[in-house]
Amino acid sequence: MTPHFLTRSLDRSASIFILVVAGLGVLIPLSNLLLPAGSMFQVPTYLVALFGKYACYAILALSIDLIWGYCGILSLGHGAFFALGGYAMGMYLMRQIGSRGVYGNPVLPDFMVFLNYPSLPWYWYGFDMFWFAALMVLVVPGLLAFCFGWLAFRSRVTGVYLSIITQAMTYALLLAFFRNDFGFGGNNGLTDFKDILGFNVQADGTRAALFLLSCLALIITFLICRAVVTSKLGKVLIAIRDAESRTRFLGYRVESYKLFVFTLSACMAGVAGALYVPQVGIINPGEFAPGNSIEAVIWVAVGGRGTLVGAALGAVVVNYAKTVFTSGPLAPYWLFMLGALFILVTLLLPKGIIGTFNAWWEGRKARQVAANAESAAREDGIGEPRAAE
Amino acid sequence: MSVMEGRTTSALLYLDGVHVSFDGFHAINNLSLTLEPGEMRAIIGPNGAGKTTMMDIITGKTKPDEGTVLFDGMTDLTRLDETRIAELGIGRKFQKPTVFESQTIEDNLLLALNVDHSVKGTLFWRGSRDEAERIDRVLETIRLTDARYRLAGSLSHGQKQWLEIGMLLAQDPKLLLVDEPVAGMTDVETHQTAELLKEINKEKTVMVVEHDMTFVRELGVKVTCLHEGTVLAEGTIDQVSSNERVIEVYLGR
Repeated sequence: MTPHFLTRSLDRSASIFILVVAGLGVLIPLSNLLLPAGSMFQVPTYLVALFGKYACYAILALSIDLIWGYCGILSLGHGAFFALGGYAMGMYLMRQIGSRGVYGNPVLPDFMVFLNYPSLPWYWYGFDMFWFAALMVLVVPGLLAFCFGWLAFRSRVTGVYLSIITQAMTYALLLAFFRNDFGFGGNNGLTDFKDILGFNVQADGTRAALFLLSCLALIITFLICRAVVTSKLGKVLIAIRDAESRTRFLGYRVESYKLFVFTLSACMAGVAGALYVPQVGIINPGEFAPGNSIEAVIWVAVGGRGTLVGAALGAVVVNYAKTVFTSGPLAPYWLFMLGALFILVTLLLPKGIIGTFNAWWEGRKARQVAANAESAAREDGIGEPRAAE
Repeated sequence: MSVMEGRTTSALLYLDGVHVSFDGFHAINNLSLTLEPGEMRAIIGPNGAGKTTMMDIITGKTKPDEGTVLFDGMTDLTRLDETRIAELGIGRKFQKPTVFESQTIEDNLLLALNVDHSVKGTLFWRGSRDEAERIDRVLETIRLTDARYRLAGSLSHGQKQWLEIGMLLAQDPKLLLVDEPVAGMTDVETHQTAELLKEINKEKTVMVVEHDMTFVRELGVKVTCLHEGTVLAEGTIDQVSSNERVIEVYLGR
């Protein structure tokens, strides 16, 4: 099955995307580790971590594009799945600290000692094992998305109503995770990580490896998305997006399709969050903020929804702009710029960067074909009188 | 249970005493109608007579407040949803042509084929020769073979109507519900559509809602005139069009 998927899902732009991501994924860590510090081509470690963050955002953008761009489900709460994946990884990292914490308790993380927890809450069991945490990175967001989607799609909640309840979902989680007695570190979240799989999370080598893994995850997520959207299921998703009731009258169970793609997308967002946390060194309830989810939707809109490559590109471009502006004197105005960017893209580039480029490229090809046909016709015209002679 | 014990009627479609009201407005009022297997029936009637609501009831989009709706004498349609009813073999063409505009004509037909419609089935779908041949046949029937790789959104209004009929054919239902198939068509296209529907009727049962009386006359089938959600008159086109009440509420003097 896999080779069939690959051949069908790899067109030119997809191949370019994979080559670029794979190239960066290998070259950036190599340059960071092998070249002497201060060399012109050496990528400093803080940049490796920053680029790693971008790769995670790109995965989140892909997961949103899969449901919004192809199936018309506008989730304004996808940051929740990202954050849940992040918390699952954060819990593993907290357990790895062991007795090296400030209070030196071998089992309880610092915040639990501080809050007088008598023992480890049951839902923290198992997170000392990496495989369990990795499984939860997929299962927790996936399960929440499945339950949420099962209720919402079966009741035929669509459009703006669905967007609003996804927003409410992430906000409810934000409030829950802010509570100290919820057992996830409250306001401060989870931080002060030491090791991941025995490697120091601060070490250059670990950071380089995490970056490489993020690029790899981005490629795998991209391939899964491509396989889904180029299958017949992808055509059904587009059909649902464009004419939902028509699809139903053709005998498709629309809610099952939405549920499948929504759950898959949530799992991808969870993976993005899990890779994000060790690279930024903290996860706190702020990640559930509705604003984060909306920002992620803007990345997709800027890059071009329904293009996958565009979504990933949009995530990188907008976040790079954010990094540049928020570290300069324009920092207080960043949110205004983001809002203006969204309005401008909606008005001037409704198809986003990649969508507009694709339309231009197709148009150019069509014009070239027309021009070739015309010049061929002209040559025929010249040839004819001669033949008559 | 949606399947009753034993057949109660020979009709393919059986509606009896159906009532639907929306906020006190009686859209369908004690409607009774039967369609025999292999029959083609034309439904006429003024705007608001309940023609489209009746199709909504048959296809599961609207649930009636009262009454019986049986398919094939056995299946109670009022208990099933749209997907299940489509799987049973009832296809529907909408009043406003509804095709998947951003996909090619070929993909529109591919989506309509009555093959495995499960998530797993479509995710691991691989085309077969049989499916390709069925699509080819439908394309020929609806005269869109040359346009197969064009986007459905680029078709003319009349062609979209035909594509939607083609999607019904690909769906291969037992009963076709066709809502205003010739709206916005030229005279030639209207004539061709009548021929097409007659051809389809050789194998399938068809219910056509249409305002165009020339077209209805050309079909040459039994006509039912609806008014205020109930049957006003039924019979041949000549009988119905000479009925005093029909002339009064619908045809005009």
